[in-house]
Amino acid sequence: MVLRRDIIRMLEEAGSGHSAGPLGLADLVATLYFGVMNYKPKKPEWADRDYFFLSNGHCVPVQYAAMAEAGFFDKKELMTLRKLGSRLQGHPERTRLPGLENTSGPLGSGLSQAAGVAYSLQYLDNQTHRFVYCVTGDGELDEGNIWEAAMFAGKYKLSQLIVFVDRNNIQIDGNTEDVMPLEDLAGKWRSFGWHVQEIDGHNVESILDAVGMAKAITNRPSVIITHTIPGKGIDFMEYDYHWHGVPPNHEQAKQALAELRTLRGKITHEGQKHE
Amino acid sequence: MSNFHLAKTILTDDVAHEPTRAGFGRGLKRAGESDKNVVALCADLTESVQMHLFREAFPKRFIEVGVAEQNLVTVASGLARAGKIPFTASYAAFSPGRNWEQIKTTVALNDQPVKIIGGHAGLYTGPDGATHQMLEDIALMRTMPNMIVIVPGDSIEAEKATLAIAKNGRPSYLRLARDKTAVFSTEKSPFEIGKAYVLKSGKDITLFGTGTMTYELLVAAELLLSDGIDAEVVHVPTIKPLDNATVLKSVEKTGRAVTCEEAQINGGLGSAITECVSEFLPIPVKRLGVEDRYGESGDPRAVVEHFGLDGKNLAKKIKAFVRTVPQYKKGY
Repeated sequence: MVLRRDIIRMLEEAGSGHSAGPLGLADLVATLYFGVMNYKPKKPEWADRDYFFLSNGHCVPVQYAAMAEAGFFDKKELMTLRKLGSRLQGHPERTRLPGLENTSGPLGSGLSQAAGVAYSLQYLDNQTHRFVYCVTGDGELDEGNIWEAAMFAGKYKLSQLIVFVDRNNIQIDGNTEDVMPLEDLAGKWRSFGWHVQEIDGHNVESILDAVGMAKAITNRPSVIITHTIPGKGIDFMEYDYHWHGVPPNHEQAKQALAELRTLRGKITHEGQKHE
Repeated sequence: MSNFHLAKTILTDDVAHEPTRAGFGRGLKRAGESDKNVVALCADLTESVQMHLFREAFPKRFIEVGVAEQNLVTVASGLARAGKIPFTASYAAFSPGRNWEQIKTTVALNDQPVKIIGGHAGLYTGPDGATHQMLEDIALMRTMPNMIVIVPGDSIEAEKATLAIAKNGRPSYLRLARDKTAVFSTEKSPFEIGKAYVLKSGKDITLFGTGTMTYELLVAAELLLSDGIDAEVVHVPTIKPLDNATVLKSVEKTGRAVTCEEAQINGGLGSAITECVSEFLPIPVKRLGVEDRYGESGDPRAVVEHFGLDGKNLAKKIKAFVRTVPQYKKGY
């Protein structure tokens, strides 16, 4: 809820950016940052941290919101998103903002980078207690680079690599199954040598359970197909691919924030709780 | 005339020949011996690009990624994030030819010390033909902020360059040739990233060469002497960052210049030199190399001669230029 609020505010202020993906990923990213990953916000290069790679860089508002909430930087800075001189670039740049592990935006390359780190931990550094988390889009799976990385991780059995595919079924030109069908998606990953789970990406318990299972699988990389609702939490955005690449205007942002604040009308004023 | 320590055998039949890739192979093994963070990744061309020496010495630090050049450099970017110094190798036609965007985003913009080794670049790839004779790589890589671009002149220099990029902490591109080419430098010759070297001093024109073309310019300069033309030969192994001071100092003295490369003249060494010179001096620069066309199959040396990039043909072209274009004089 807090991440979604910040995403709406950031995007309204920025005047450009992607709405649907970040809102859909809010529950997953919140769970990873506040319930799964080991890191130190004040020591972003801490040598014992877990890694987080956002492969679909356009969804970075949700990561920025989570990082600010976690204390990597002051929340006020969120309002600088996409503005000249900001550390919060429209697509994430590692060299500008401590705490980012990679630079991404052009799709398909984050998974390989995550695989590179996972390879290093498993084969070169002998650090089996650290994990590499990677989030990819589903439209992003159209990219050949993804399947090169999938083959690579499968070959080397990178068991510390845990990938979430944000299965929201939309991409810029429409629904994924119309633009370029991905199904049988689970079967594809399985045939590349991965352990596959499918979960409701808005259920925190499911996410935590799936991560626990992925960590327990020690002879394969893990992919968790995370079913999400694009634009989740905002009625007029949910399920609508038109919201993939646009921000809310002032009126829409006001309406969206009101929906979030009232849990879609279930709360009539601050302080009153839903029964 | 020069403190470059040229090989004594140059311009004789005894000049040694060895592919620059062989020097890379030796250099990579040595880099691996001195730094355990050096790792090597290859895309199914391990012996071709001479990575087998490293693989045999350090099997655990060698990673085979298969015929997947996009994955080659992006996995390397991840390895660099984990503190490694990854050397990635393929043919230049594929890396950086196929994966330029991945190199830009995940290596250069991301500022990771990944080394891109482009093997089998240029016309000396011979029989394989135009698809494999990468001629655009210098242009592609030198437009990329953060990227270092090095084209060693021979195998000895390639070995030194490999050791140098292992230590420079920067995204770096190293261009290598497949076929045997003349070895004009020696172990004593200097190599420093960002430096150009005067191999022969002269007063009538400066000949700027990179990679395998530097030796051809030495041959051309010798032939030009009999025509009464005293050419200065400057070797430019680092195309980016360009050694502006050495370039400008030489052309200010000679007042005319020719560049030569085994690559497209558009965007390559010729462009780099003319961009540098034209910002400071009104000096004419003739660019020689491959002139906006593709290569073709043939015996490597025959292809190079067909494109007029051997010493004899170069001498003719340079002579024609000298005869028709006046020297710039100070105060012009």
